[in-house]
Amino acid sequence: MRTFMKYGLLAAVVGSIVGLADGQASAQNLELTITAPAGAGGGWDSAARSLQEAMRASGNAKSVQVVNVPGAGGTVGLAQFIGSAKGSPNQLLVAGITLVGASISNKSPVDLTKVTPLARLTGDPLVIVVPKASPIKTIADLQATIKKDVAKTIWVGGSAGGADHILAALVTKASGADPSKVNYVAYSGGGESLAAMLGGQATAGVSGYGEWEGQIKSGDLRALAISYPEPIPGIEAKPLKAQGLDIELVNWRGIFAGPNVQGKDLDALKAAIDKTVKSEQWKTILKTRGWSDYYAPGDEFKTFIASETDRVRTVLKSIGLAD
Amino acid sequence: MESISFLLDGFSLAIQPANLLYAAIGVIIGTAVGVLPGIGPALTVALLLPVTFKLDPGGSIIMFAGIYYGGMYGGSTTAILLNTPGESASVVTALEGNKMARAGRGGPALATAAVGSFVAALIATLGLAFLAPMLVKVAVQFGPWDYFGLMLIAFVTVSATFGSSPLRGLTSLAFGLWLGLMGIDQLTGQARLTFGVPELLDGVEVTTLAVGLFAIGEALLVASRHLRKPEQPIPVKGSIWMTKEDWKRSWKPWLRGTVIGFPIGALPAGGAEIPTFLSYNIERKLSRKPEEFGYGAIEGVAGPEAANNASAAGTLVPLLTLGLPTSATAAVMLAGFQQYNIQPGPLLFTQHADLVWGLVASLFIANVMLLVLNLPLVGIWVKLLKIPLPWLYAGILVFASMGTIAANPSVVELLLLSGFGAVGFLMRRYDYPIAPAVVGLILGPLADSALRRSLQMSLGDPMILFQHPGSAIMIGIATIALVAPFIFRGLSRFQQDED
Repeated sequence: MRTFMKYGLLAAVVGSIVGLADGQASAQNLELTITAPAGAGGGWDSAARSLQEAMRASGNAKSVQVVNVPGAGGTVGLAQFIGSAKGSPNQLLVAGITLVGASISNKSPVDLTKVTPLARLTGDPLVIVVPKASPIKTIADLQATIKKDVAKTIWVGGSAGGADHILAALVTKASGADPSKVNYVAYSGGGESLAAMLGGQATAGVSGYGEWEGQIKSGDLRALAISYPEPIPGIEAKPLKAQGLDIELVNWRGIFAGPNVQGKDLDALKAAIDKTVKSEQWKTILKTRGWSDYYAPGDEFKTFIASETDRVRTVLKSIGLAD
Repeated sequence: MESISFLLDGFSLAIQPANLLYAAIGVIIGTAVGVLPGIGPALTVALLLPVTFKLDPGGSIIMFAGIYYGGMYGGSTTAILLNTPGESASVVTALEGNKMARAGRGGPALATAAVGSFVAALIATLGLAFLAPMLVKVAVQFGPWDYFGLMLIAFVTVSATFGSSPLRGLTSLAFGLWLGLMGIDQLTGQARLTFGVPELLDGVEVTTLAVGLFAIGEALLVASRHLRKPEQPIPVKGSIWMTKEDWKRSWKPWLRGTVIGFPIGALPAGGAEIPTFLSYNIERKLSRKPEEFGYGAIEGVAGPEAANNASAAGTLVPLLTLGLPTSATAAVMLAGFQQYNIQPGPLLFTQHADLVWGLVASLFIANVMLLVLNLPLVGIWVKLLKIPLPWLYAGILVFASMGTIAANPSVVELLLLSGFGAVGFLMRRYDYPIAPAVVGLILGPLADSALRRSLQMSLGDPMILFQHPGSAIMIGIATIALVAPFIFRGLSRFQQDED
């Protein structure tokens, strides 16, 4: 309680000093730094840089800087952000479901419940595919194969404990097999695992739909299902839910402020993000990048993160990656 | 030949004045970034992405290609002159290149690197244009077992050929493997050997180890000797340009380096490191003057530099045909394509033929520009070596530390760098080869996950390594290369006993 008061007091003092120095902090003269807890070129980096561009172009911030802090599935960047952005009115963080999983499986002392959610931004469907020559034609065929011999069903996908791995475990469980026996071969990202799929070395593969879209459209891979709750225009594969499996999993990304950001500072940040998300510039970016809009405002996002953290922890426990 | 008419169309796109300008800006930035330690091409391309949003897709992709090739050229310059490889692909270049520079032959070393890079990139870009769709079909058949076999060959050849004895080589390799296993295990997501230090969760950075062992270790050794016997600044002997003999000794390694580099670069997990080390070993075996290796053999610069640049072109094969980026720069380039709603992949060559061939054509143009830009610079770079040794090495220490911190600003990183510097000094002092340690760090984790992926796919049956002909042959070669020297030595001792 005492620490809480101390921080509250500190935040108030810092807030008033910043307020004095900056004059009235209106959205148009926000000077922001966005931390992407990953290296250049990845999903979080491109989300951060797209947001940077949209905020500047739509006039919702005066200047926006992107900082890359790669490491350990984002937990290094998150820990650094929590340390430096406490109560800060101008620091933001981009993160997503992978960071939820990474914090749990790395036994990291920090996780996304320690920062202040501003908005959920995008959510991309995952896709389950089999090689072109595979005898498996439908998700029911895949379920039968899993039920027959779960260990011989070789899955490939992105890093261990990530969204791809979680989906493989969920499908295995829904097929009536023991998820702790999932034979999941982890690759670093959708690129390398794609080669293993095309080479016919695996039974089934999981990845973000966009990463494998080219191979699915050219017929080199057969898409069985997507993990999004509803059908998506332009994607032929049907949702798992529509095919009788009660599974939904979305690779979401969102934007956060530091711990203990409150009052006027928080309102200014929320307003700037909400206005940016509704701007034409952001809609164009979603379209060109092929991202699905998955917006949810701060409060709703907060409950969502709590439920996602619980769910991911349960799945990771069932596959033996968390205790 | 349909491809040739496409290529000519590509040239007509690339040769437009605006696109030529983008290519020129790209190669200049790329070379500068390659020379400066700590700023890699990947970060540069990422920083430029929002800037290029306003350009048309063709122009910006052409500029990225210029940066990509330019970075490859620039990286070898610091490796040769300062023994400070800016990226893992130029580690091998430092081995002989810096020895040549220290012997007063920095000019020819830089020149053979520049011309070799040109030749390799030229041939490899042709390969990209005409072989890409075919090559990629072979590359995806390469399973984890085959990667494991390839790594074994690299381990054995590197530890057996570097240094005064295989045992010393293997010791150095084991040190590298130990470092390589640190961090989060890719297959299970669990931390290994990190001792609770969060900065180690991502493992040890290759450039930190390479710069520590090479540059800092060397500087410490020179300083320790300088106390007793001050060395003189390096005089530039002979021509700064390549002699007739240099040409004669360089052209075959260039071609061999290209042949090794391009296909391995095209493998989805091939990279630039294996081909450079393999090329070095092959040149050492084939050279008429093997005794010069370790003291500045020009073949040891020409081959690996060609292999390095050929593999850079090879990396574009999976990028363009599969949409699969195999290096950080390629990943950012992929984001660049997506920015224009273009998804690289099997349909790219048919849907956006103009763009692909424009890119290929501009790679040719960038390559010519780089040669024109780099050859006159050789004369300027070489002057660096006239700086008195204490100044030069003090400068190297500053640049090495600055580069490491710029890439990853943390105290742990700086401590690691100093620690590796001390280890590098001791390894030099007691005659342990350094290259195997770096190879262990780079390839150790790859070999580890390749082996475990194979076993996962075979449900734990190790025979999978011998059931596939490719991996069986490669493991066989590695075993022979490791065991043969010992057997021959044993035999000769046996014969001596009989006499």
